[in-house]
Amino acid sequence: MFQKIWDKHVVFSEPGKPTILYIDLQLVHEVTSAQAFEGLRLAGRKVRRPERTIATPDHNVPTTDRSLPIADQISRQQVDTLRKNCEEFGIRLYDLHDPHQGIVHIIGPELGYTQPGMTIVCGDSHTATHGAFGSLAFGIGTSEVEHVLATQTLLQFKPKTMELRVDGNLAHGVTAKDLILYLIGKLTTAGGTGYVLEYTGEVVRRLSMEERMTVCNMSIEAGARAGMIAPDETTIDYLRGRPFSPQNFDEAAAQWRLLPSDAGATYDVVKTFRGEDIQPQVTWGTNPGQVISIGDKIPNPTDFSDPTEQKSTAQALEYMGLRSGTLLSDVELQRVFIGSCTNARIEDLRAAAKVVKGYRVNNKVHAMVVPGSGLVKRQAEKEGLDAIFKEAGFEWREAGCSMCLAMNPDRLEPGERCASTSNRNFEGRQGKGGRTHLVSPAMAAAAALTGRFTDIRHWNYKA
Amino acid sequence: MEPFTVHTGLVATMDRANVDTDQIIPKQFLKRIERTGFGQFLFFDWRFKDDGSDNPEFELNQPAVKGATVLVARRNFGSGSSREHAVWALSDYGFRAVLAPSFADIFYSNCFKNGLLPIPLSESVIEKIFTRQKSTPGYKLTVDLEKRLVSDSLGLCESFTIEPSRQYNLLHGLDDIGLTLKNEDKITAYEKAHGIA
Repeated sequence: MFQKIWDKHVVFSEPGKPTILYIDLQLVHEVTSAQAFEGLRLAGRKVRRPERTIATPDHNVPTTDRSLPIADQISRQQVDTLRKNCEEFGIRLYDLHDPHQGIVHIIGPELGYTQPGMTIVCGDSHTATHGAFGSLAFGIGTSEVEHVLATQTLLQFKPKTMELRVDGNLAHGVTAKDLILYLIGKLTTAGGTGYVLEYTGEVVRRLSMEERMTVCNMSIEAGARAGMIAPDETTIDYLRGRPFSPQNFDEAAAQWRLLPSDAGATYDVVKTFRGEDIQPQVTWGTNPGQVISIGDKIPNPTDFSDPTEQKSTAQALEYMGLRSGTLLSDVELQRVFIGSCTNARIEDLRAAAKVVKGYRVNNKVHAMVVPGSGLVKRQAEKEGLDAIFKEAGFEWREAGCSMCLAMNPDRLEPGERCASTSNRNFEGRQGKGGRTHLVSPAMAAAAALTGRFTDIRHWNYKA
Repeated sequence: MEPFTVHTGLVATMDRANVDTDQIIPKQFLKRIERTGFGQFLFFDWRFKDDGSDNPEFELNQPAVKGATVLVARRNFGSGSSREHAVWALSDYGFRAVLAPSFADIFYSNCFKNGLLPIPLSESVIEKIFTRQKSTPGYKLTVDLEKRLVSDSLGLCESFTIEPSRQYNLLHGLDDIGLTLKNEDKITAYEKAHGIA
């Protein structure tokens, strides 16, 4: 599949040089684009295909009352700059007050921009999300954003391919988030470097589109620039009737059905896993590969033979304030964040609400839900999910990246421990000194209610 | 872009693996809309204490490595976010080359757009450099991009790999966009052939 998409987008290639690859769609947000537009202006260049780029502010936006101006002056300037650049260069912007505003990786698919077989880029490493549709999607730097704006192409060296096949079944309570955290744990944070991952197997086939997006989203956390899942009827059903889905839909769908890898297609590396082996996952360290199952004990540096790994483990334990041998279920926390491009779609909120219904947030915990887009927020409100969260004591916010990276005012205080449905547990990611544990939406919800990590497989649902 | 040919500079080491771009340039500094001035925020959370004073334990705050232009670290340097600000910060601080056993993909490619040379070397060579840096006051390395060699005055001389086109562009300070636009006719032809009006 990767090969088919790659070949179709080659504009020019010659030995020893990177391929000029045509880019079908670029997504732009406020944080990594200002310098790219400025570069165009300085060089007197135009945007080659403005209709092939869409923009939305997400990283930096407040998730509280949007009728007020953005309080942080520099954030406001960045959002204003995006608006001015989009006007000047003729790019469609889903601005702060647009009902479709949201996290760029959530609105692309929900509006039907993301389609199988496309090449998609964005100045954000979680662009791999769009690979869930069988597109080749990857994150790029600001200089490359400028390159795509100016030329609608990108210079790329061809990556290698790795198949991650997951057969069998996932147990009840084990989600797409647990699946991808488990795979990253097996691969390590650099195991996918230089590869495009393709997720295959019975477990992957049965995932919904939203679950597939959760899986592909975190490909970068294994070092891979891109992750893909072949399109099938699930993909086609999801895209039917979306605002920017193709007009001649059946014709397009017929083409999409030809994209999956042919029988006998080979990969540079193949790894296989069993769904039954996967339990609810919780990260304990400061990168997403430092992850264990809910029933496991926090590891010891001496569990690893490699000296670099030993040192990383010791550094991570110190930062996280954890002792080796502790059970996760004995670890107390103060904050819960349900949101981000990984887990802020409607199915994620439904899963969390199902756990929450009939309970109250633990009195030592501050918990918030940040929907991924304006559309997700309104859908959740239509279903009454907001009421379930609010009655339980969760804060219910406006759409944005929020505390996934804490560029806006939503952040952890030093030493605070957080169960988060986001994608990175790096030092200081959610606020300086903050301690992040990555989990699924259901596990985050349960942790908010009990005040500690709780095995969702034994949860007493009141719904 | 400033061409990179041969550079000799003081070496600073960071004995850490998986140094991520969130550490290299924390998010509170991504709000700027310029490309310049990021050096003052490099490794901010590690480099400074809460009261704003220098953290004396942080590697780059050691008086012996003030003015270092070559950074040496452990594996998977630059992992995480695609933020090019990480490269801008390293460059603006004064680094011209980063040496590590491996680099994260997007970071690696961002380096070349900004004249910062990422050099992958084996774990054992990196270990040797760590040891020498520790025991040699004022330890310097010379990076010769044309010959693809890293050397010191104590006899170390190691070759490194780099894609020839990246090497050429960096040696000559060439701008990718300008190069691609030389093939504009091919882009137009592609668009025509694929019905992109």
